[in-house]
Amino acid sequence: MISASLASVSYIGATILFILSLGGLSNPETSRRGNLYGMIGMTIAVLATVFGPRVSMDGLPWIIGAMVVGGSIGLYAARKVQMTQMPELVALMHSLVGLAACLVGFANYIDPMASLNLSHAEKAIHEIEVYIGILIGAVTFSGSLVAFGKLAGKIGGKPLLLPGRHFLNLIGLLVVIAFGYQFLQAETTTAGMFALTVMTIIALLFGIHMVMAIGGADMPVVVSMLNSYSGWAAAATGFMLNNDLLIVTGALVGSSGAILSYIMCRAMNRNFVSVIAGGFGGGTPTKKASGDAQPAGEVVAISAIETAELLRDAKNVIIVPGYGMAVAQAQHAVNEITQYLREKGVNVRFGIHPVAGRMPGHMNVLLAEAKVPYDIVMEMDEINEDFPDTDVSIVIGANDIVNPAAQEDPTSPIAGMPVLEVWKAKTSIVMKRSMASGYAGIENPLFYKENNRMLFGDAKKMLDEVLTALKA
Amino acid sequence: MRIGIPAETNAGEKRVATVPEVVEKLIKLGFQVAVESGAGDQANCNDDSYRAAGAEIIEGAAKLWAESDIVFKVAVPTSAEVGLMREGITLIGFIWPAQNPELMQQLAAKKATVLAIDTLPRQLSRAQKMDALTSQAGVAGYRAVIEAANAFGRFFNGQITAAGKVPPAKVFIAGAGVAGLAAIGTAAGLGAIVRANDTRAEVADQVKSLGGEFVKVDYEEEGGGGGGYAKVMSEGFQQAQREMYAKQASEVDIIITTALIPGKPAPRLITAEMVQSMKPGSVIVDMAAERGGNCELTVPGEAVVKHGVTIVGYTDLNSRLAKQSSTLYSTNLFRLAEELCKTKDGIINVNMEDDAIRGLTVIKDGEITWPAPPLKMPAPVAKPAAKPVAAPAGHGSAGTPASAGKIAGLFIAVALLFLLIGAYAPAAFLGHFTVFVLACFVGYMVVWNVTPALHTPLMSVTNAISSIIAIGALVQIAPPTMLGLERPEDWIRWLAVVAIGLTAVNMFGGFAVTKRMLSMFRK
Repeated sequence: MISASLASVSYIGATILFILSLGGLSNPETSRRGNLYGMIGMTIAVLATVFGPRVSMDGLPWIIGAMVVGGSIGLYAARKVQMTQMPELVALMHSLVGLAACLVGFANYIDPMASLNLSHAEKAIHEIEVYIGILIGAVTFSGSLVAFGKLAGKIGGKPLLLPGRHFLNLIGLLVVIAFGYQFLQAETTTAGMFALTVMTIIALLFGIHMVMAIGGADMPVVVSMLNSYSGWAAAATGFMLNNDLLIVTGALVGSSGAILSYIMCRAMNRNFVSVIAGGFGGGTPTKKASGDAQPAGEVVAISAIETAELLRDAKNVIIVPGYGMAVAQAQHAVNEITQYLREKGVNVRFGIHPVAGRMPGHMNVLLAEAKVPYDIVMEMDEINEDFPDTDVSIVIGANDIVNPAAQEDPTSPIAGMPVLEVWKAKTSIVMKRSMASGYAGIENPLFYKENNRMLFGDAKKMLDEVLTALKA
Repeated sequence: MRIGIPAETNAGEKRVATVPEVVEKLIKLGFQVAVESGAGDQANCNDDSYRAAGAEIIEGAAKLWAESDIVFKVAVPTSAEVGLMREGITLIGFIWPAQNPELMQQLAAKKATVLAIDTLPRQLSRAQKMDALTSQAGVAGYRAVIEAANAFGRFFNGQITAAGKVPPAKVFIAGAGVAGLAAIGTAAGLGAIVRANDTRAEVADQVKSLGGEFVKVDYEEEGGGGGGYAKVMSEGFQQAQREMYAKQASEVDIIITTALIPGKPAPRLITAEMVQSMKPGSVIVDMAAERGGNCELTVPGEAVVKHGVTIVGYTDLNSRLAKQSSTLYSTNLFRLAEELCKTKDGIINVNMEDDAIRGLTVIKDGEITWPAPPLKMPAPVAKPAAKPVAAPAGHGSAGTPASAGKIAGLFIAVALLFLLIGAYAPAAFLGHFTVFVLACFVGYMVVWNVTPALHTPLMSVTNAISSIIAIGALVQIAPPTMLGLERPEDWIRWLAVVAIGLTAVNMFGGFAVTKRMLSMFRK
């Protein structure tokens, strides 16, 4: 057993380690150390709590049991998950945090010890904290589950737009506030429980509704937003339990998630509010725009062998991967081609759009998995100016992020979104399965450009053919 | 709009403001381009090549000036040229407004809009592509070494041959600005031993990187005068500097001087005695000849031999490499045209809100706007010792600041919120609230600069960290018992156990998967 002061000091240590952890994660050189700091911080926090004054030894078997079961599941999942499924896993984990926040909130409410010796005002604040904590937790839980379903393909990517959805949300909010008032007035725990349960159900529905309304193209924003929510849930729980460690850590996670969402939104030139309000990115809108702005020109197909020839003669090559590469699991084939070309003295680089894939940084992780050196993997801003000097740009399973309509057509729904200017290369090659439009559901004039070639087929299969042709 | 390229009329000026390769690019921006017949002849660009690039060839300067909306020039316009100008024209080229007040008056009287390429705010990094002073100085520095080699009677590189041993030439370069650095690189490339000096100590590394040796003046004083220029130094420093120059003069074979101080005559660095002390056959190239020369014996525009030393004072080094100078200069102007015509429709917009354009514009519609107000540049911050990460322009910076109104609104809203909390919340809550607000800011500061490549690992690590919520469940599972209190133990315990289990999945899984991801990142 350790004293209360020692436990507090341990919490401060853990807090510092968490801050260092996030700081370390901002740079590849220090990132591994950052992760280690996080682990140490978590270990200290848990040990200080378990052996601290607020847990008696009777609880130890329960704690160990729950930890072992949960920990084994977590480690197993971490080992088994494919890198392409990373977004799903992260979304699923967010939902766990949300659910845990709900459970802790309920447990706290029915615990008479929590509100012992509190003045009237303090009790009211405490109850508000419980109410909000459960609210955020429930939204995070159901929202993350839906996000998981969408990312895993179990739920369609199209946004579900109920009629009058903003109105529905507003009513939901009013009901939540009304029950909140009732909850505060409740004399007994049982009476309060009713209000709390109703609110939880509404919050769950709200979470589902919110994420259902967001289109597949906006998934990176949703994932990082839910990340932020899971942090706020932890912070709210901290307020409820008067625990500074929870507050600090929750706020850290919450604000970092919020910033990530903001960065993602800016990368798409979208307003944060409009993403959350939903409706974009599912193919329903803008039939008109694509109808009368049918791009002129012809689509020219190319074979794998011709692609190999173009690559062989090229000096500068830029590869732009997208979600299609992840789906086809083509990152290893991409790496083999890259290695082969680099050995031949071709300058091969990668251009990564901030929202390529289904979560922030998705492409970087996949390329890293395939052992593509990270110093040839460039961000959009770093590489966009180099396209005019590039001989061949290859687009693998990306669509909206290379759509010239964003710059050329002010009526386009993605107008103003920064895109990778692949069409400025001498030749651009787009690898696609068919002529279908991307998640944003917009025609891509790139396909019709004079210097563009289409290589139709599964990205992995086609890249393997290109590699064979290169080596022949 | 129509861009006119007149032939340069100043004696000895062989450059042309736009070469055919750039004509094509300007046409792509939506402009029409007219070139005076013979304008590029001396820079190896004949009329046919302009025609092939899509330009119209016009006979005679008068017609060209009369029919152009925009004129690209190299040298400062003569009064004759100003006479040809039609009202309301836009002129882009070297003007030197400080040295040419009369010309400014004449241009203003013509209701012209004048962008002086020499007044570009060079501190702006995005202005670098338009920096003609730099591009021209680089060419001149190269040419200075070639002129020195021409006048010098020996090899630059040391050789040991059957016909005997040849010592390498020793070259001393005074002033390591753009021209000086180009000269260092060129001379080192030819095989000479190169030494260089500059009053700005921070250029020592640049000198070394080009293969030169930095010679220090034995005196402590910082010589940076802002904007990358040097300033006038103290008497004590100058004394020490003279001693150093005297020593170098007696040792080296070639001296190339590039020292200039903005708005002042060139500093006298090489005295007659120093020239006398040099070996016969030595060469001095004085690149500051036009501004009075760094050497006492320089005759501007000529190469003279004094005390057996050839002193080259050519003021037209750029024209002696006309094709190269013109190509670089026209690319600078093209970049400027791009900035002026962001819409790519051939219509220019002189946007005075843009720092770079504001700095360049010395006359706007006949109104003299020079000098531009000083740029509000952030003070140069000491770079952190860590290796700089390639900070993306989009993420690293705080972006454009929000409008004052917005900020005021936000402040008022936050103030009201705080007032509300302060009025009603009990003290205990406020402590937690303080911690909460501060932590939000820490999170913001820490995460803001994350590289996009690490977004996924960052998210999975924050996800793992958010399983700190386990603490909440831990303190509920079995608190020290309190007498006389009825507590639904079983309910709470089961809720807490489930919560611990869930967060444990997150905790272990999150850190493990982050570790797995990070181990894949490699250079």
